[in-house]
Parts: sequence; C-alpha cells; structure tokens
Amino acid sequence: MHRLFAAAAFAAGVGAAGAEQPRDFETAFSTAAQQEEPGFQGFDAGRGREFFNTTHGGDWSCSSCHTDNPAAAGKHAVTGKTIQPMAPAANAERFTKAAKVEKWFTRNCRDVVKRVCTAREKGDVIAYLLSVKP
Amino acid sequence: MKLTSVAGVLLLAAAGPVLAGEHRKAQPLDPRYVEECGSCHVAFPPRGLAAASWTAVFADLSTHFGVDASLDPAAAQPLLDYVRAHARRKDTPGDDGKPALRMTKARWFVREHDEVAAATWQRPAIETPSNCAACHPAAEQGSFAEHDIRIPR
Ligand code: HEC
Repeated sequence: MHRLFAAAAFAAGVGAAGAEQPRDFETAFSTAAQQEEPGFQGFDAGRGREFFNTTHGGDWSCSSCHTDNPAAAGKHAVTGKTIQPMAPAANAERFTKAAKVEKWFTRNCRDVVKRVCTAREKGDVIAYLLSVKP
Repeated sequence: MKLTSVAGVLLLAAAGPVLAGEHRKAQPLDPRYVEECGSCHVAFPPRGLAAASWTAVFADLSTHFGVDASLDPAAAQPLLDYVRAHARRKDTPGDDGKPALRMTKARWFVREHDEVAAATWQRPAIETPSNCAACHPAAEQGSFAEHDIRIPR
C-alpha cells in the first residue's frame, strides 16, 4: 500500500524515474505524509536521527549497517560488506533513483521496524541525512 | 530499460555455461546481477550452485538468510534465468538431500577449502566463508583462480 502510494506520489510529483534529487524525495514524502497524517507538521531532522539510531523491537537499527555517522562508510551487520556513506553530502549517488530508494526503504524497514515505514518516517530520515555535512 | 535487461540476460545465456573447470575459470558477471545481488554480499558466482538450488534461493527472497531481500517478480525473473543458465551442472544438495541454499555448504566448496584451517576462517579480515573477496580479490570479477588467492593475516 505505502509503496504504491509513494510511487504514485513520485509519478505525480517528480516525473520520470532516474533523475531525482534528494529534495524531490522530501517533497514527495511530504505530500504523502499530509495524506497519511492529518496533523502532519513537516519533517524533523532530529526525529530522523533518533529513528535512524535506535532499534524498533528487533536486533538492528538503521545504524547497525549504516553506522551512526552517515558521512562515513558503513558495514553490513550480517556479511561485513562495506556500504558507502548515506549522507548525500558524502555520497552524491544517494537519493537519486526512485526505484532504488523505495526498494531499500521497503526491505530495510521490514528488517528493522518489522513493517514498511510511514512517509513521515522516511521524510524524517532524509531530512536527517541531508543535515549531515562531511 | 526492462527490455534491454532481458536482452542482456538472453545474450549472456546464449554464451552458454562454462565448459571446463567449473569453478576455476573466470566467469565474468552480468552487471545487473552484480547490482541486484552484490549490495549486501559479493555477487556470488552463479556456477557455485546448481539450477535447483538457485530456484530455491529465489523462492523466498523476503527472508533471505535472515534479511529482507525482496525484489518484485518482474525484476527477479531475469536474474533467476541468468544464474540458472550459468549454474553448476552437478547438483548441489545439502545434508538433507534437498537443494542447498548456502554455496559455502555445497560439497565442492567444502572440498576446495579443506586446506583452510578453522582458525584462518576466523581471522578478522575473513570472518565468514561467504566473504569470498577476502582471499579472492578478483571475486567480484568472477575470478577464483588459484594464483589470485591472497589469504589475509
Ligand atoms: C542489514 C543491513 C541494513 C540495515 C539494518 C539497514 N540498511 Fe539501508 N541499506 C543496506 C544496504 C546493503 C543498502 C544498499 C547498498 C548501497 O546502496 O550502498 C542500503 C540502502 C539503503 C537506502 C538506499 C539509498 C539510496 O538512494 O542509495 C536507503 C534509503 C536505506 N538503506 C535506508 C535505511 C533505513 C531507513 C534503515 C533503518 C530503518 C536501514 N536502511 C537499515 C543495508 C541495511
């Protein structure tokens, strides 16, 4: 459901897949969040940071693989494989492809939060990652 | 985009499976396979598992060795076709006789690595047998040749 929702938001909001900017995702998630949450007040980098660094009922947090320093490379919690930094300021490829962003949010949220993330959670995470300077 | 990826898989499939020395000769990998199946771990060589094992692996990607690796079926199918076309021709059964899911449990893998001591596997730079690139630096290019092996201390 959420996935379709976000995909529709993208189609409406940012046009053709493959050439998005991180800010486009904030805009699209914001549109979706307004529909999901009547009292939605905008994204919050601090809340995103908290969400990213804490566990949500399972063994892992987002930072288990992505580290708590998004300007630095992470390490996959199971395999040890290096994961390039998450902050767009440190890795220009981040949040530039809608299909990739949706695919990983869906997988990683299911592993960490045991469900898909809400548009607000995703927007908060992006706001946080955009606030990180290398 | 979908069309080109399907065409690419067909092309590679047409090249046919490697004929001799199943796991010795370099097996260059389709970049789309590396992109989709090489983010969490090295893109494992397709010939490490038989076709039946690959089918079993792809049957449930949402609980893939404890990690959600779900892919929509339209994206998964050409990848499955690709790995099956380049699969090991001999079966790779697990201890229970069913197709093994873990390449590192396949008999050929155990046999090829029987000189590696238990303590070596545990070195921090190696940690797990699935960390191919630790000792096979060209693993991502599909090469596991003997002369390329560098066991880290
Ligand atoms: C088990 C390890 C793991 C955990 C836990 C994890 N991730 Fe990831 N994540 C990955 C891997 C692997 C990739 C893909 C590799 C890459 O793009 O460098 C990825 C990619 C992403 C991407 C794609 C970004 C882009 O545009 O390139 C997003 C977004 C993401 N993760 C968000 C999250 C969030 C949010 C959480 C917590 C809810 C999280 N991840 C937890 C392993 C993990």
